[in-house]
Amino acid sequence: MAAEGNPLPHDTQLRPPAVAAHTPVANAGVKIHCQGVSAFYGDKQALHDISIDIPDRAVTAFIGPSGCGKSTFLRCINRMNDTIPGARVTGRIEIDGEDVNARSVDPVVLRSRVGMVFQKPNPFPKSIFENVAYGPRIHGLANGKAELEAIVEASLKKAGLWDEVSDRLHQSGSSLSGGQQQRLVIARAIAVQPRVILMDEPCSALDPIATARIEELIDELRRQYCIVIVTHSMAQAARVSQRTAFFHLGQLVEQGSTEDIFTNPREKRTQDYITGRFG
Amino acid sequence: MTDARNLPSRDLSEKRLKQRHAAEARFKLYGQLAIVIALGFLVVLLARVVQQGYTVFWTHSITTSVYLDPARIDRADLEGNNFDYLAAQNLLKRLKVQDDALGLASGEAMDLVSRDLGYRILGAIKDDPKVIGTTLTFTVPVKANADLYYKGEIERSTPETDRKLSNRQLDWLDRLEAEGLVRSHFNSDFFTNSDSTEPEQAGVLGAVVGSALMLLVAAFIAVPVGVLAAVWLEEFAPRGRLSGFIEVNINNLAAVPSIVYGLLGLVLFINWLGFPRSAPLTGGLVLALMSLPTIIIATRAALKAVPPSIREAALGMGASRTQTVFHHVLPQAAPGVMTGIILSLAHALGETAPLLMIGMVAFTPGLPESLASAASVLPVQVFIWENAAEAAFHERTAGAIIVLLVFMILMNATAVILRRRFEKRW
Ligand SMILES: Nc1ncnc2c1ncn2[C@@H]1O[C@H](COP(=O)(O)OP(=O)(O)OP(=O)(O)O)[C@@H](O)[C@H]1O
Ligand SMILES: [Mg+2]
Repeated sequence: MAAEGNPLPHDTQLRPPAVAAHTPVANAGVKIHCQGVSAFYGDKQALHDISIDIPDRAVTAFIGPSGCGKSTFLRCINRMNDTIPGARVTGRIEIDGEDVNARSVDPVVLRSRVGMVFQKPNPFPKSIFENVAYGPRIHGLANGKAELEAIVEASLKKAGLWDEVSDRLHQSGSSLSGGQQQRLVIARAIAVQPRVILMDEPCSALDPIATARIEELIDELRRQYCIVIVTHSMAQAARVSQRTAFFHLGQLVEQGSTEDIFTNPREKRTQDYITGRFG
Repeated sequence: MTDARNLPSRDLSEKRLKQRHAAEARFKLYGQLAIVIALGFLVVLLARVVQQGYTVFWTHSITTSVYLDPARIDRADLEGNNFDYLAAQNLLKRLKVQDDALGLASGEAMDLVSRDLGYRILGAIKDDPKVIGTTLTFTVPVKANADLYYKGEIERSTPETDRKLSNRQLDWLDRLEAEGLVRSHFNSDFFTNSDSTEPEQAGVLGAVVGSALMLLVAAFIAVPVGVLAAVWLEEFAPRGRLSGFIEVNINNLAAVPSIVYGLLGLVLFINWLGFPRSAPLTGGLVLALMSLPTIIIATRAALKAVPPSIREAALGMGASRTQTVFHHVLPQAAPGVMTGIILSLAHALGETAPLLMIGMVAFTPGLPESLASAASVLPVQVFIWENAAEAAFHERTAGAIIVLLVFMILMNATAVILRRRFEKRW
């Protein structure tokens, strides 16, 4: 009963650059194309046959009850599951038409193109500057110190953190508040100029004010990046995303424009989850 | 749970609370008791060692003039002259004691001054033969037994036959002291000399240098091998039956008695590979083998303690696994790794049994010239001196133990300092 047979929801006009979500591969607007993705942890199947197209320059929200496989799916996209012993992924995932699981793809390069922000802010135990400079440094994106400093500054500005930290770049990254740390790791992710940013519950540990700042930031970033965000907050999904996908028990139950999912879900399970009747 | 209306259950919970408090107090008491016992043992140990060994840090020297009588010095065979005897006769003359026909008194006087005096006279003549016929003044250590008398460890009240020094000798020593010829001072010879057959000339320098060289060899081999093995096992090795097997065996190796490593070293390095016996190189290799399992275990524990979120962050940034480990995980684990390394090397420093197996018990005067030449090391030096017949060596045993302990305290202090430095929280 997964998305496999489901026709993609009726055509939706997204607010940002229009995306015809049902058009299959090679559409200019589709950034990530997933076809029949299943994931296993040892013998246990965590994802069943997920097919979804994720548009560029838009925010796609993954919602669903705990343990339904949202994080697992996110990790399939940048092959972070490779690092878990016993984890296995089948099916096809393409970014810009390129199979991420192809032999020719180096996961190290892939992950530099697909940035990830984790549920818990995890700055490196180094200075703020070093946190942001690390990616450009290992990927050789900067020629010399001046360029590196420019990248760090631009990334921190984009992440809306520059004003707060510009005078203490060489202090510890973990001396920042939780919300600042989350923006720091976002700055770190965008410093390598990824094409896609995956965010796994980026606001789960934050207060409403910090959350609002991150959401503003996501809205800002959406003009340039393809963003996927996992969230447990229906309100957040409704606020920041243009498209929403609902997962349940390892299956993709329903996907469509955020407006449709929230106002007019087609599946009873989606309706129940959104209205808080289970979860 | 605590229903106010339900009296019996409330009683019960109050009773339980009391029990919990009592248990807590009891446990605290046991803990404090354990600390007191441990500290007690430590104090007894240290007090005993210090009480026995502190006297070695000061010693007595005598200043004596020797008339180099041309009639009694054979210029053709300088080495053949008995300058000690000559000096002893001078000493007696100074004390206005008439020597007997057999020269017994001179013989006894000779036993009061270090044999170093004879070598010093010989050296002076070799430097400049013109000194023959003049009177030279030398300051040299007194002989170990005389030193013990000045320190009060040989007493006049002991019957003469049970004593190392005769009544006559004690009288002379008293008079020399009264005349201000004897001076008590810091025993720097103990730190600048190596082992010697004469207790008053035996020092720890050779053993300290030997220990340091051996430790360097051990660290040079065990640290990189141990840390890299741990990194591979912890971060790269596929989890499977093989890695489980390796893990169990490393834990077993850490528990193997050190003497077995000595035996292994004897067979492997000396008998098969032809390494020199009694050399810091061979000893260092044996200690490296012995420290490896401990270093691996400590390093793995430190790596395990690094939160996985840091690994995820680095991998998520597109760092390779090697970069993740060397840029983030290992620096984060560094304090733990360092502590493990230093503690295991400090342990190796005090190891005696395996070194006895590879022949490090040899008497080695002088400093080791190379890693492959014979050397003595501190713990073995302690062992050798403790087994020596002369009482004066026993004082040195305790002195060497103190030096060994100070060496270890310095190493552990380094561990603490390194830890503080690297633990600079980010
Ligand atoms: N490393 C792992 N090893 C084994 N099973 C795992 C692992 N990670 C996740 N799982 C299992 O896979 C399923 C999906 O987990 P996942 O983390 O993707 O859920 P999630 O939707 O992100 O949940 P949450 O909202 O609580 O974060 C769960 O049943 C979980 O137990
Ligand atoms: Mg999750």
